[in-house]
Amino acid sequence: MKILLVDDEEKFISRLAERLKLRGFDADWTTTCDGAILKAGTEKYDLAVLDVKMPCMSGIEIKKRIMQRAPNMKFIFVTGHGSEEDYDMGTKEGSFYIIKPFKIETLVEKIEQALNL
Amino acid sequence: MKKLQHLFAKIKPKFWDIRPSKARDQILFNYRKVWLISIFMLTVVSLVPLIMFMIFNFRLAHEAIQEENRMRTARLTSNTRRTIAYFLEERLDALRFIIQEKPLRTLMNYEELIYLLRNLQMGFGGYIDIGMIDSYGTQINYAGPFDLQGKNYSNQHCFIRAVKDGACVSDVFLGYRKLPHMIIALKLPRQDGSFYILRTTLDIQKLIQILSSLELSENSDAFLCNLDGFIQTPSKYYGEILKKVHLPIPKYSPHTQVIEATDKTGNPILIGYAYIQNSPFILMLVKQSKEIMKGWYTLRDQMIWLFCGSSIIILIVIFGMSTFMLDRVYDADQTRLKAMERLEGSSRLISVGRLAAGVAHEINNPLAVINENAGLLKDLFNLKKEYKRDEQMMELIDAVLESVERCGEITRQLLGFARHFEPEVKPLQLKRVLSEVLSFHRKEALYRNISINMDIPEDIPVIYSDHGSLQQIFLNLINNAFQAMSDNGGRLDIIANKQENDTIAISIRDNGCGISSEDQKKIFEPFFTTKGLKGGTGLGLSITYGLVRKLNGDISVQSKNGEGTTFTVTLPINSKGDFQNENLAR
Repeated sequence: MKILLVDDEEKFISRLAERLKLRGFDADWTTTCDGAILKAGTEKYDLAVLDVKMPCMSGIEIKKRIMQRAPNMKFIFVTGHGSEEDYDMGTKEGSFYIIKPFKIETLVEKIEQALNL
Repeated sequence: MKKLQHLFAKIKPKFWDIRPSKARDQILFNYRKVWLISIFMLTVVSLVPLIMFMIFNFRLAHEAIQEENRMRTARLTSNTRRTIAYFLEERLDALRFIIQEKPLRTLMNYEELIYLLRNLQMGFGGYIDIGMIDSYGTQINYAGPFDLQGKNYSNQHCFIRAVKDGACVSDVFLGYRKLPHMIIALKLPRQDGSFYILRTTLDIQKLIQILSSLELSENSDAFLCNLDGFIQTPSKYYGEILKKVHLPIPKYSPHTQVIEATDKTGNPILIGYAYIQNSPFILMLVKQSKEIMKGWYTLRDQMIWLFCGSSIIILIVIFGMSTFMLDRVYDADQTRLKAMERLEGSSRLISVGRLAAGVAHEINNPLAVINENAGLLKDLFNLKKEYKRDEQMMELIDAVLESVERCGEITRQLLGFARHFEPEVKPLQLKRVLSEVLSFHRKEALYRNISINMDIPEDIPVIYSDHGSLQQIFLNLINNAFQAMSDNGGRLDIIANKQENDTIAISIRDNGCGISSEDQKKIFEPFFTTKGLKGGTGLGLSITYGLVRKLNGDISVQSKNGEGTTFTVTLPINSKGDFQNENLAR
């Protein structure tokens, strides 16, 4: 399974990618919005884990852009700014929602659910 | 005195014992002073005009009744005077007629005189005898019941007056017959310069009859007295006949007069008097003031009763109205103060909630970094056998991860406190919701010997509310109650009652350790905990408070250290449609 991780906090997202790799996922990461859109367009990912609030644009916006290039991708939103609005947006978009900090097992569970594994 | 104090304690206003204080949040308004001023001002404004009106009316009525009595007395005196004057004048005119009509020889004839006397007695009445007296004062002819032939009257006052003035009406006197009588005498002049006096005696009974025929009350009196003040006809109260009267003799006046005086016992009296023309008599009509003023006394008593009654009613109304109004003001102030306190509390909670939520947001990101770094470290250690065996190292990493998890839990609770979830309103059986919550605690209650008593009336209405919120509220409160009770047993009471204003009050009462009054003020604030090292986050009751408020309800606490605590949640029966306005903790 190929997963794209997008978060502006490098120390977080790189470690998370490492941990997912250790669990058998093909995880790739980026800290920029452009990087995320570019990567999603050039490489084929099954799922993206997006930070809801990136400095450049919102996770929802990134999702929209990616969907234009890879319409079959699944999404999981993560945020430390968990709020009702995030929750609503996440669920409306048919995605999953998870608040930092979380256990790796929780994320894995959500990934498996999203990909119907 | 004690009874009065007891009575006052019952009727005194609510605010009587409240004293103004300059301290913050305290009563600034001196209700008692305002109440007293209000009562004083209203009393003055109401009673002063009433008192003035009463005094004015009092005097007016008194003077009117007094004047009426004077008028009546004067009228009666005048009428009586006219009657007596007419009586005397009539008898005098009869004698004048005889002198003019009868020749001297007839008057000198004894039989003729007897005949004349009989005619006078029949025609006019009141004559006792009749006699002719020569110029020497000797009675030379006499017809009457006494033996007065030859008696000399030259020294008699009436003889002298008749000689001088031509006619005389005498005082009442005893004379030769030793009986009270009066004389009318007329001078009969002769051409040779000599004269005779025609003298008749009048029966004073006729005068007495005239006076006694007056319609006078028991204590009133009417009599004649002469110019020297000697009583001429019998008096009931003011002296015997021919004795000096015990009353002041008024000065001569041709008109009837009425004067106020006092009798010898000091009682005020009203005297009507009139000098009777061509006679030595003064008619005196005496009335006791007490008696004739009876009407006035009755009216006065009625006016006093009316005044007292009106005053009492006015005072009661003033007291009642002032107390009612000031009580309402006091209640309104109290409600306002409480509302302000609550608003202040709510605002504080909202601010603290927002701050907490902000902090939680900012902490979550670095926590995630720590979590992932420590997690990766643990993952890597698990891959290498030498590290995996190092228990101390693994424990250190687990401690970091556990701490991160705990911090994450706290921030999630904070977010839960601050976040607004859209409640789903549906009809709920309160008993069922409470039973669901209690089912989590059954085993613990059994283990800790805690008895749970639920008293929810069968007819309690279905409540329209959010199931999840209600569960959370009751779970938090029951958790708290369990934690407050000792492991040696306790009692938990859950009581629900329908209130008048379409609300239901649910009380959760434990007999645990209780909460101090100081702590009760802060109990709904976030992060406030009394559990200390036992691990309370201080958010449970804050969240409960937020949830209750979101359901448009209210929560209060009553507690006493060592005796237990009662949390009372008041919820509207129907919360539908009110949530849009709820903006708490956003």
